[in-house]
Amino acid sequence: MKIKIDNLTIVTSSGLFRRSLLIEKGIIKRVSEKPIQAKNVDFTIENEDLLVFPGFLDMHVHLREPGFEYKEDIESGQKSALKGGFTAVACMANTNPVNDNATVTHYIKCRSKETDLPVDVYPISAITIGLKGEQIVEMGDLKDAGAVAFSDDGNPVENAEILRKAMEYSKCFDMPIICHSEEKKLSKDGQINEGEISLKLGLKGIPRESEIIGIFRDLMLAKLTNARIHIAHVSTKESVNIIRWAKKAGINVTCETCPHYFLLTEEEVLGYNTFAKVNPPLRNKDDILAIREGLKDGTIDVIASDHAPHHIDEKEREFESASFGMIGLETMVPLSLELVRLGVIDFQTLAEKLSRKPHQILRLRPPVIKEGEEANLTIIDPHCEWILEKSNIASKSYNTPFLGKKMKGRAVYTIKGGQVFEVKD
Amino acid sequence: MTEKIKWNHKDLVSLEPLSKEELIYILETAKSFEEVLKRDVKKVPTLRGKSVLTLFYEPSTRTRTSFEMAAKILSADTINISTSASSVSKGETLLDTVKNLEAMSIDAIIIRHSFSGAAEFLSKRVKASVINGGDGRHEHPTQALLDILTIWEYKNILSGLKIAIVGDILHSRVARSNLIALKKLGNEVRFVGPATFIPETFRELGAEIYYNLEEGLYDADVVMALRIQKERMGSGFYPTEREYARCFSINKNSINFAKKDAIIMHPGPVNRGLEITSDVLDDKRCVVLDQVTKGVAVRMAVLYLLLTGGKVEN
Repeated sequence: MKIKIDNLTIVTSSGLFRRSLLIEKGIIKRVSEKPIQAKNVDFTIENEDLLVFPGFLDMHVHLREPGFEYKEDIESGQKSALKGGFTAVACMANTNPVNDNATVTHYIKCRSKETDLPVDVYPISAITIGLKGEQIVEMGDLKDAGAVAFSDDGNPVENAEILRKAMEYSKCFDMPIICHSEEKKLSKDGQINEGEISLKLGLKGIPRESEIIGIFRDLMLAKLTNARIHIAHVSTKESVNIIRWAKKAGINVTCETCPHYFLLTEEEVLGYNTFAKVNPPLRNKDDILAIREGLKDGTIDVIASDHAPHHIDEKEREFESASFGMIGLETMVPLSLELVRLGVIDFQTLAEKLSRKPHQILRLRPPVIKEGEEANLTIIDPHCEWILEKSNIASKSYNTPFLGKKMKGRAVYTIKGGQVFEVKD
Repeated sequence: MTEKIKWNHKDLVSLEPLSKEELIYILETAKSFEEVLKRDVKKVPTLRGKSVLTLFYEPSTRTRTSFEMAAKILSADTINISTSASSVSKGETLLDTVKNLEAMSIDAIIIRHSFSGAAEFLSKRVKASVINGGDGRHEHPTQALLDILTIWEYKNILSGLKIAIVGDILHSRVARSNLIALKKLGNEVRFVGPATFIPETFRELGAEIYYNLEEGLYDADVVMALRIQKERMGSGFYPTEREYARCFSINKNSINFAKKDAIIMHPGPVNRGLEITSDVLDDKRCVVLDQVTKGVAVRMAVLYLLLTGGKVEN
């Protein structure tokens, strides 16, 4: 397939440029300042308002397969990723069976290739067998099977000695430990952020300190072991401050946040809105501002979605028995663009956080827009307005507090594996 | 004044959305129903042909019986469902249970549930009026209304009073509903007890906080003791019952810090000797049984207003 891109803005690490591209058999053949003349072009993209980014990677998603295919499966997850403008995702291990061995990792890799959808799926393995926090997984075997990181996401390893050993052992394979940092005993049975709203609604609160203490412990263990860690879904002001300090102190840490932590406050749960029930919980205005600051000064390396599909029956119920989590792949682009519109970051930094950094953290080669490179591109219309509706969601689930809300900007094409995928409603 | 009030709430899940005028309107309506309770033949035809369901997912003596009495006196048909004898024990969800029951043309559902927000959840999904009979640690609106009706009777005023609520505030839906309503009416509400039961954030909701019993009770017009759930002991909220009683029990000594004519209340059920001692319970200032009587009148008023909009003469 021959694809031509005429005079669009390309976003690279050295700046924004107007260029034309010619892509043949999945390879960027030419990058030119002038219009490209070519014969037998199969597909031409020429809307000059569009932005061409290196392909996006969402390094924190839950694809639910194997085991919970009624919420999502690998194929529907890939479709959701494509619709959201992602050419790659890294999926968490809390499946059934748990992805704690090479067989499950291999299964996920194979399933993702069978679908023929141009979205790479990178499995994240558990740190411990069964996410139980006891016995460390066979990291070497898992790496060979295709795992890119280790995480007991949602069930942080409680025993600091075991986590220390896991961090040390992971160094043999140059793979990061992804920490869902939380002091679970402090947040036990908690439903939403602890504060005025949790008191008013009569819901048990999750104190911000459970995240802060968790992050501090994990950072200290990273310091002790000199291992490489990545802190998932940072949600509080203090978390940003501690990580900023840790980076200065030379601790080998990166971190991510999610759009809901820089756009929404705990007020979303008023009226017992289970679509806004998520862990870590939505916090307050000050936290939102601190997280934006962290994104701006580079303390926060990555924007990830923590895409967590749940069946409507697990959400349309009493708040305390509803599941935690929201889907996010398809709203990542418009919500992250909000940061550009607010003047927090520019397009180049957005490319860092959605493409280059997550690839680097997982030791994957970041896509670049250069002659001779593989064409792995996300093309965005930053202006188009649309409404997020149940009917236009590709995921099997629609649990998101942004449902029914107006969105601005979206991915309109992704190009990968020599194919163009056009995003349509 | 209250003649002008137009009642347009379908449900009563929280006291938060009610105005001061609406709260007074409910209380005045309840007062007028108290007269019915004193009659020989306790029956009026106001809600004839209406059906009222009590759906209790938690044990209850007072609240359920009181609602049933109230509905029966108003000539409504009542159906009682307790979870152990229903499909709930077969794993049916709350929403499915209620949708099925509603299909039998129920006009009002009184629900008690251990999850906060259960009543609001239902109210948004069914056509019937939903009355919150206590949801988790969120609210228990009719309990607060009957408490305030009792206070009104004994104090003759509805505002400017000092009301001390003592005990496990954190887990108490009664305390939350009372705080909301008593503040709207213009009273001082004190939360008194160990700090484990009273997060300081309650200040932002308008409560005064006292971790010392005597200071909290000082000059109070009303002292309301809350039930201490014994299962909380050992989970760190208080070390032992002995220690709790020593520091926070309403007894013949500590009650002296309140005003001489202070009334003593308790929503029940009582742990005698723990949050309140027997001698205080049997004191003539203790109005616990009046609270129960007022409960029927308040629930008649709530059923009447929700099901008729206050338009039917009684």
